[in-house]
Amino acid sequence: MELIKLKIDNRTVEVEKGTTIFHAAKKLGIEIPTLCYMNLGDLKIEHKPGGCRVCVVEVEGRRNLAPACATECFEGMEVQTHNVRVLNARKTVLELILSDHPFDCLICAKSGTCDLQDMAIKMGVRSIPYQGEKSTYKPDFSPAIIREMDKCIMCRRCETMCNDFQTVGVLSGINRGFESVVAPAFERDLDHSECTYCGQCVAVCPTGALTEVDHTTQLIRDLADPKKTVVVQTAPAVRAALGEAFGLEPGTLVTGKMVSALRRLGFDYVFDTDFAADLTIMEEGSELLDRLTRFLGGDKEVKLPMLTSCCPGWVNFFEYHFPDMRDIPSTARSPQQMFGSIAKTYFADKIETNRKEMVVVSVMPCVAKKYECTREEFKVDGNPDVDYSISTRELAHLIKRTNMDFASLPEEDFDKPLGESTGAAVIFGTTGGVIEAAVRTAYEIHTGKSLEKVDFEQLRGFEGIRKASVDFEGTEIKIGIAHGLGHARKLLDDIKAGKSDFHAIEIMACPGGCIGGGGQPLHHGDPSVIKARQKAIYQEDAGKAIRKSHENPYIKKLYEEFLEKPMSEKAHHLLHTHYFDKKRKDVLLD
Amino acid sequence: MTSVKLKLKDSDVQQLKEVAKSFNNQPGELINVLHKAQEIFGYLPAEVQEVVANELNVSVAKVYGVVTFYSFFTMLPKGRYPISICTGTACYVRGADKVLDEFKRLLKVPVGETTEDGKFSITCLRCVGACGLAPVVMVGDKTYGRVTTDGVKEILKEYEDEV
Ligand code: SF4
Ligand code: SF4
Ligand code: SF4
Ligand code: FES
Ligand code: FES
Repeated sequence: MELIKLKIDNRTVEVEKGTTIFHAAKKLGIEIPTLCYMNLGDLKIEHKPGGCRVCVVEVEGRRNLAPACATECFEGMEVQTHNVRVLNARKTVLELILSDHPFDCLICAKSGTCDLQDMAIKMGVRSIPYQGEKSTYKPDFSPAIIREMDKCIMCRRCETMCNDFQTVGVLSGINRGFESVVAPAFERDLDHSECTYCGQCVAVCPTGALTEVDHTTQLIRDLADPKKTVVVQTAPAVRAALGEAFGLEPGTLVTGKMVSALRRLGFDYVFDTDFAADLTIMEEGSELLDRLTRFLGGDKEVKLPMLTSCCPGWVNFFEYHFPDMRDIPSTARSPQQMFGSIAKTYFADKIETNRKEMVVVSVMPCVAKKYECTREEFKVDGNPDVDYSISTRELAHLIKRTNMDFASLPEEDFDKPLGESTGAAVIFGTTGGVIEAAVRTAYEIHTGKSLEKVDFEQLRGFEGIRKASVDFEGTEIKIGIAHGLGHARKLLDDIKAGKSDFHAIEIMACPGGCIGGGGQPLHHGDPSVIKARQKAIYQEDAGKAIRKSHENPYIKKLYEEFLEKPMSEKAHHLLHTHYFDKKRKDVLLD
Repeated sequence: MTSVKLKLKDSDVQQLKEVAKSFNNQPGELINVLHKAQEIFGYLPAEVQEVVANELNVSVAKVYGVVTFYSFFTMLPKGRYPISICTGTACYVRGADKVLDEFKRLLKVPVGETTEDGKFSITCLRCVGACGLAPVVMVGDKTYGRVTTDGVKEILKEYEDEV
């Protein structure tokens, strides 16, 4: 490792060879502003196109200013990060960007959390001296994501997420110069592309060019309708991130405050998707055990490894890219959909109403769930099991809009019966959690013994692909875990090539799992935020009285009163699904 | 998007696949393969781009990105009599822009497009190396020099009886 010395703002710093000026400055506590640059550390994503030039600095002896994010340090280098020339240049760069940007801040969905807006404030832009032609594009409204490319600044972060991290390949920079923009092939709408709606492009877009479809107006109307019973379910990852929108430290659990906020918003029943996560374990876990037992009994036909199916971004991914393998994932629906299905049957009967008078809303860390609830197979006579899904960000917004002081809200509990859950359900929110929850239950059912210790540390972590094994009293169960669709693709390629010896694989589309979902408060390129949420999730699990799904008393009751047993005919009808071949429909294939 | 799907000739598709193969189906050869594809088909419609994407294992979006980035790729079919107008410096100062406008006016199509009957298409070229004859116009392989706006009608007349 070669070390070099340089001076930044007249202070000496020593760094490894190859370090950029941006990182060297950071070491001295100097934060050089950036816009296009993105570094997601542990996720191993570094995006440095060097395109926006907001980060320029002066390097002694060089005629032109250099972009700090993309320029490597050299021995004896002398850098100025905020002299007059640099400050003026930065401001000019920003004025130029803004000259081709609509002045929509007052009515933009991203206002208040927009990096471009923050930068304009920081640089003290007060007028736009360059008046030129502005590019205009037709907005693209898909079931989950809205693209308003007038607001695109061509940082191309979305492309990196879609192509390099997710390997979905929907987005690409097209055209050149003034006309250039990021778009799907042939400038089709997202809805006509292979977009998985994972929302990772939305999660990194610094402007309002990419946002989620907003359902809050619809929700306010439904809450005000006395004829409707409005039921809400909240996903596990929401409670670990919602607080950030109110200035709380990342990783602060706000379960109780969230519940009371929802109650004050006027929901008739405040339930928990975690209940349905426990239900998922009963179904998915039984399916896994069933496949395993048949496999160990010598059945060669049985499909292993079994893949989890609770992430709709991932489901979209294999329907598009690996349709020939669609018989491997579990047929269990996602917790969101299981909840909707049970709410509009079992629970509707209990409170003597019918599905038409009930509105089921979900609060999700996710963008893909907005799409998932519109799927035809999750409707009965045109009436969806889940009417619509709002993101963590939309909920935060709604709480602010209805004049609640989040910090001073009391801690309240979910309603019963669909609000009771176990620690196993909570960990669905993080990578490794679904499979750990499944193991807790499958182990006990398979061995007939009770677990001494429910924590399976070997399944936890943040690595993109993880491998572990669990001893089921003499039978070794091999488990694979992937988060991020690029990592999932690797495991799938292995299965295809016959190189995979896993029994079960958990896959989540988003970095870190749902805690890093496309609907969460923005991490602004700081992955430590996602890690803090992961800690919170395990903390919630550890604090639960019951930590195994099959011990949830309300789940037991649900089977007794309604579903009979896991994988029963009724359970199949209400809690399982089937997948489609969506391979590039538009492609000319022989 | 509603679009009628174009049926490519099987033999052309086969040829394209062989081209891709001759480049070892390497994603890095995308631009070269697209060049050849344009030679085979005359232009690069969506269907051709999809074949290229498939053969080189890159996303269609990426192929489309490259096609739209470089001006020598075109997604529109050329006319049976492709008209190219030189807009290099010499031709330009001698009124190539007016000549171009006249072609556009008479044929009622913008640059880069083809008349409805598929007969003519208009493109612009950089200096074709015949500056002495500026402004220069080419129709197919035939070159016309010192073209005036009045001359445009004359040129088109030559093709009147052709189909
Ligand atoms: S939602 Fe996901 S798959 Fe769709 S364009 Fe964005 S990153 Fe790509
Ligand atoms: S859509 Fe957003 S993330 Fe993508 S290039 Fe434009 S500004 Fe950047
Ligand atoms: S990982 Fe979670 S947040 Fe991301 S797409 Fe899947 S279900 Fe949604
Ligand atoms: S942040 Fe360095 S060039 Fe954009
Ligand atoms: S500029 Fe037209 S031929 Fe040279």
